[in-house]
Amino acid sequence: MTREEIVDAIKDIIRTIAPDEELSGLKSDVRLREQIALDSMDFLDIVMELRKRYGVQVPEEDYKELATLDGCVAYLHPRLKDRPAKVGV
Amino acid sequence: MSAPRYDAIVLGAGMSGLSAAIRLAQFDRRVLLVERHSLPGGLNSWYKRAGRRFDTGLHALTNYVPRGTSGTPLAKILRQLRIPYEALQLAPQRRSEVVFPAERLSFSNDIGLLESEVARAFPASREGFARLIECVRSANPFDAQAPFASARARLLEFTLDPELVEMLLLPLLWYGSALAEDLAWDDFVILFRSLYLEGFARPEGGVKTLLDLLVARAKESGAQLRMNCPVRRIVVEGGAARGIELESGETLACDQVYSSAGWVETRALAGAPAPQEDRGWVTIFETLCVTRTPHRARGHDAAITFFSQVERPRWREPAELVGFESGVLCCSDNYQTREEPAEGLLRATLLANHDRWSELPEQEYAAHKRAAAASLEELSARFVPDPRPQTLFRDGFTPRTIRRYTAHAGGAVYGSPLRHRDGLSGIANLFLVGNDQGLVGVIGTLLSGITMANLHGLYAQHT
Repeated sequence: MTREEIVDAIKDIIRTIAPDEELSGLKSDVRLREQIALDSMDFLDIVMELRKRYGVQVPEEDYKELATLDGCVAYLHPRLKDRPAKVGV
Repeated sequence: MSAPRYDAIVLGAGMSGLSAAIRLAQFDRRVLLVERHSLPGGLNSWYKRAGRRFDTGLHALTNYVPRGTSGTPLAKILRQLRIPYEALQLAPQRRSEVVFPAERLSFSNDIGLLESEVARAFPASREGFARLIECVRSANPFDAQAPFASARARLLEFTLDPELVEMLLLPLLWYGSALAEDLAWDDFVILFRSLYLEGFARPEGGVKTLLDLLVARAKESGAQLRMNCPVRRIVVEGGAARGIELESGETLACDQVYSSAGWVETRALAGAPAPQEDRGWVTIFETLCVTRTPHRARGHDAAITFFSQVERPRWREPAELVGFESGVLCCSDNYQTREEPAEGLLRATLLANHDRWSELPEQEYAAHKRAAAASLEELSARFVPDPRPQTLFRDGFTPRTIRRYTAHAGGAVYGSPLRHRDGLSGIANLFLVGNDQGLVGVIGTLLSGITMANLHGLYAQHT
């Protein structure tokens, strides 16, 4: 997956969890939870969807790495760069 | 035991069983959901009679918030179950009311109405009520380690008029207390938010709308549903649940069992009975009455009327078949639906005594049911338009009916007074969901199934 595909994958997961949130103007360097209403249950769902869709395990001590879209890409790209992008579930 | 093997078997396709099954299946657990009856819902189900569909449990969905509100229980449930807000087709109430011998208070989905009602009827309590609202807003009622605190004791801090305290408590007790005469302060906070800060709505189409959504989500997520499938026992070996045995004799193996049967009932199914006194006591007598004219056309716009005939209504099991001190009158046609209702539907509810109903000889049961229904209709007419001259159809049920359809000991609608917040049953791999785990009501039990599936099935095994 490319960096762009990873951003799309994260946004797609957020859309599944929080369909009411507007994602088009998301800034990549600002914490997701400051831009859209995501609580801790929603955040855990993002982590579980990542495992379900892409088989990537995010241990609890790494959750902080996923705070921003940039952080997600930096953390996930080394782990996903050899995987093909999947669309939806 | 025979194949196939499941990650989890969920007992009961009511609100909590369905929500637990959806959560687990959503993350690829192999889930089997078994239900004794042919319809899902348990206590919150529906039936058809005389060409109409009636809900059995749902008076109102609490925790109403408009679309786009996040962070509240309703919003959390919809996100966790991946149900779009619009799919619920919520019709909000106009208002509801609490009626006592000397005073009445209206409330709606805007707390401003209740604040102005309190200021009008209890001017000396105005400031204390404002402090109470602030306290409820900022409290954290979800601290599992917090010791029990009595809501009645905590309420003394706000120097409210004693009659106002009773009036505020009555709807909360009716919609959520399995304790006698009181409720836990944490439950008070949760219920105060649910009823007064958020409010009431009803899905258009009633509880069936919600159940259809839940069943569809369970199936889409890959959960397997088996209806008409009563469970004989939970198989326990070496102190851990290993599967279930059906009434048919078939055994099914699994890693985890989630039971919505209740604390007492689950322990009995697992061959390790709980003490009798753990049984819940809140059970009801309810009548339904279809009237020719909708209630609003007869000048009554309240969705729910909580009434008390005495200054301090008791909240405990009545000594007689039914208790007439307080009750709930629900005009199901008084929600703001897109289509105007064609007729009225009054649901009237009183506390009842399960054992008294059960002891009645068969030949006297029907006559007592008719007599109680007649008394209740006469009583209803003091608070809402008299249903009697307008009746097109009437029906009713007793604690016996509830026991038959929910398999809850004593026909208990709110489960055991003993809560098991952690969902632990005392037997490994066997978890409680529903009333006896957490909160009551449709929203409370949906959250119970979600949080227990998350805690014991998803988060625990994730890291």
